[in-house]
Amino acid sequence: MLTASLLLIPMLFIALILFMNEKQARMIALTGTLVNLAVNIVMIAQFKIQADAQFLVSEPWVKSLGISFDLGVDGISMMMLLLTNFLMPIIIISTFNREIKSIKGYLALLLLTQAAFVGVFVALDMFVFYIFWEMTLIPMYLISLYWGKENRIPVTYKFFLYTLAGSLVMLVGIIYVYIKSPDQNFSINTFYHAHEFLSQSEQHWVFLALFVGFAIKVPLFPVHGWLPDTHTEAPTQGTLLLAGIMLKMGIYGLIRWVLPVVPLGVLHYQNLVIFLSVCGIIYASCIAIVQKDLKRLIAFSSIGHLGLTVAGLFALNIQGAQGAVIQAVNHGITSIGLFFVVDIVYDRMHTRDLNKLGGIAHKSHNFAILFMIMLLGSVSLPATNGFVGEFLLFVGLYQYSAAFTAFAGLGIILGAVYMLRAYQKVMLGEATEATSHFKDVNWSEKLVLIPLAGIVFWIGVYPKYFLDIAEPALNKILSIYTQAQ
Amino acid sequence: MYTLITLSTLGFLTLMVGVFKRNSILLPLTLLGLTLAFVLNCLDIKVDQLYYVSMMGDDMFAVSFTQVMIATTALIALLAHYQFKGDMSNAGEFYTILIFTLIGAQVMVSFNHMVMFFIGIEILSISLYILAGLNKKDKASNEAALKYFLIGSFASGFLLMGIALVYAATHSLYIGDIAEKVRAGSEMSSPILIVGLLLILVGMAFKISAAPFHFWAPDVYEGSPTLVTSFMATVVKTAAIASFLRLFFICFGSIGNEWTNVLTVLAILTMSIGNITALYQKNFKRLLAYSGISHAGFLLIGVIVYANSAGAVLYYSIAYSLASLTAFTILIFLSSKNGDTAITSFNGLGKRNPWLAVAMTIAMLSLAGIPPTAGFFGKYYLFNLAIRDGQWWLVGFGLLNSLISVYYYFWIIICMFVKEPADETKLQSEWSSLLVVTVTAIGILAIGFIPEQIITLIK
Repeated sequence: MLTASLLLIPMLFIALILFMNEKQARMIALTGTLVNLAVNIVMIAQFKIQADAQFLVSEPWVKSLGISFDLGVDGISMMMLLLTNFLMPIIIISTFNREIKSIKGYLALLLLTQAAFVGVFVALDMFVFYIFWEMTLIPMYLISLYWGKENRIPVTYKFFLYTLAGSLVMLVGIIYVYIKSPDQNFSINTFYHAHEFLSQSEQHWVFLALFVGFAIKVPLFPVHGWLPDTHTEAPTQGTLLLAGIMLKMGIYGLIRWVLPVVPLGVLHYQNLVIFLSVCGIIYASCIAIVQKDLKRLIAFSSIGHLGLTVAGLFALNIQGAQGAVIQAVNHGITSIGLFFVVDIVYDRMHTRDLNKLGGIAHKSHNFAILFMIMLLGSVSLPATNGFVGEFLLFVGLYQYSAAFTAFAGLGIILGAVYMLRAYQKVMLGEATEATSHFKDVNWSEKLVLIPLAGIVFWIGVYPKYFLDIAEPALNKILSIYTQAQ
Repeated sequence: MYTLITLSTLGFLTLMVGVFKRNSILLPLTLLGLTLAFVLNCLDIKVDQLYYVSMMGDDMFAVSFTQVMIATTALIALLAHYQFKGDMSNAGEFYTILIFTLIGAQVMVSFNHMVMFFIGIEILSISLYILAGLNKKDKASNEAALKYFLIGSFASGFLLMGIALVYAATHSLYIGDIAEKVRAGSEMSSPILIVGLLLILVGMAFKISAAPFHFWAPDVYEGSPTLVTSFMATVVKTAAIASFLRLFFICFGSIGNEWTNVLTVLAILTMSIGNITALYQKNFKRLLAYSGISHAGFLLIGVIVYANSAGAVLYYSIAYSLASLTAFTILIFLSSKNGDTAITSFNGLGKRNPWLAVAMTIAMLSLAGIPPTAGFFGKYYLFNLAIRDGQWWLVGFGLLNSLISVYYYFWIIICMFVKEPADETKLQSEWSSLLVVTVTAIGILAIGFIPEQIITLIK
């Protein structure tokens, strides 16, 4: 019941928003997201730390096709739900004190995206998962198209076609598993027994089909081309949704629907995936160093961080998997913080060009501190969340291969290089004529950044609370690999 | 069988009403008649009997396709009310011929005898030739009618020749008997039968505008009055593909390997040519014509994997008809304001009439096959059957074409929400088109949520 209400509450508030006038719209949307957060907190209070899914909903949907509307929450889903429902009120608050045209439609689409995200994270039926997975695309596309920047038409095409291509290939893989399954259905149990009825070669290509869909969403080198452009052209909230939650769908999908489904395929391509991920870390970090646009810089840093996450995950041990889940959350928190920092700068200076900025720290101390916290989280300083995640990922990856770990470690150093360079160019140095009138953060901007900063330290100092949530579920998923060893 | 009688009576009644110029009761009469026919048709569910010397059948296949076509026709009749508001002079003819076309369509999906099959096609086609030329004083409309007539009768010739050869090979015109003979001789099919089968196939490919027999479609679609085009794109296409499936599944199912390869090539060509040509269209009617061609290609997948595909074809036809109808209705409405059917007339619709723009977006998403719209389930179900059948070429090209089609469908969405309109004034939609748009747009979403009930309709 609680699971379904997480889906229904945003829908209800969409209807409310459309009937209210523009002035109330933001407050109603905020209320809606806060209600969802409250429901989510109730769920975590009732949540038992165990491997199996809880809060189950099961309604038959299309019986003749073996599709059932199954929802449920296990530890991994819970982490992603917490991330989604915690970030959504913050994303809504980030629209406060900003001029946005057709605000009602905008907020309605944001809430629709939230509902779709929740659906992705709680679906326990592969077909239902796919529907929600695709449903996230439409509002994201419309948000970027209608509210985006100048060059949005080709870029939104690129975004949509790229991700749709991946999804369609994934769909073929899904249908293939379904057709081969003895029970002829899409339920998670059928998929988790797929290794029993799929031969080795079948598992290999089904892995590729599924992996392409998720890798594009992560995005993994070399299918990352859509991400920096989309970030540059999307409106701020679109960027926040994309970086904060949407990219995590890729990681989540890999954990939930690839690792336990086609283990032989995973083992066969493990080396290749880790190799590509490590290439991606170094490649994206190097490109980030030479970026002039602050937003593009952070977009490329995302590719690097998520590359490390996938590499750690594919080491196939509990430390790597734990690191992947916690780092997915961390990346959501810090990248949203950093992209919002970009929005603040752009709102006041109307430019994101690093060479035209500088000296902002002299005028706005609060802003400088909050930016610094987000930055430290991103470069994984100890006592921030990034450290916990990356440490676990490195521990996991090291058990697989020391050489890959060494190369991936370069990413950390490069990460510090580009982030600190960005901070220096934007905040430090002599104030220019334009930056000398920089207004410090106002109340709504504080309301966005302070909770994020709080989480950065919470996870950094006491990660056990979050690590415990996902551990049994991850152990269960990895059990198929540990048994083989 | 009462459906057919009701429809025929309705046709004559509207003709009489037209003769005596009582134009104001045309629409209520038509709607009433169609509703009656629909209800009577519902009574035929699960009756499954043959009538008219066993030349027609009332099986679930026939009944469900007929229902879809009656409902679509009713919506188009509603739209006609708006179209003929200014000039009622040939409204009577329009309604009459519309209903006769529907009769042809019903015969086409419920035939049990080759002669009935051919008669159905001819009733449908001849009515359509007239409908295409409905704008008597418009050159394009006349051209469309003539082109359609010449090419259509050519195709009918092929079809008739094919039927004759099949008769020569099997000595029967009842499809059950033909099926039996074909099965008995399936070890080594006679060349006469194969030639006859291929001629029928070519004739049907003309009718559903499959490549390379599609050249008439864009010109006819563009020249005909938009209302008639919407009828061609929905009811006529549904009837043609359903009769195609019925004929080939029942009669020639046992020698599937003889013709599925040919059809696979046709389907791939149809999807690809339709989609790629649609990419650079400037006129929305031509765009929908080419998109219709590519959808015919997708529907051919259903004919190729004929064994279990009736439900999928039915679902796909409904989804495609609903979305096309939404698009055509909005086009009719917009072109009545500025007399233009170019894609640019959609510019800025998001500002001028948000609800129409939202409905159009839903229709375009459905045509492109994006979940959770009906179009996705239609494509999904066909792909599902194709993968089960191991038709990997079809699956590959189908996926590629789904991607390509996103480009031009989304171009409409971009026009509505991003491009600046030439004229910023708000557009007030009038009731009949608003009703049709609302019904179809909600229908697209609704049947996306209850695919089960439709797919399992035909066992």
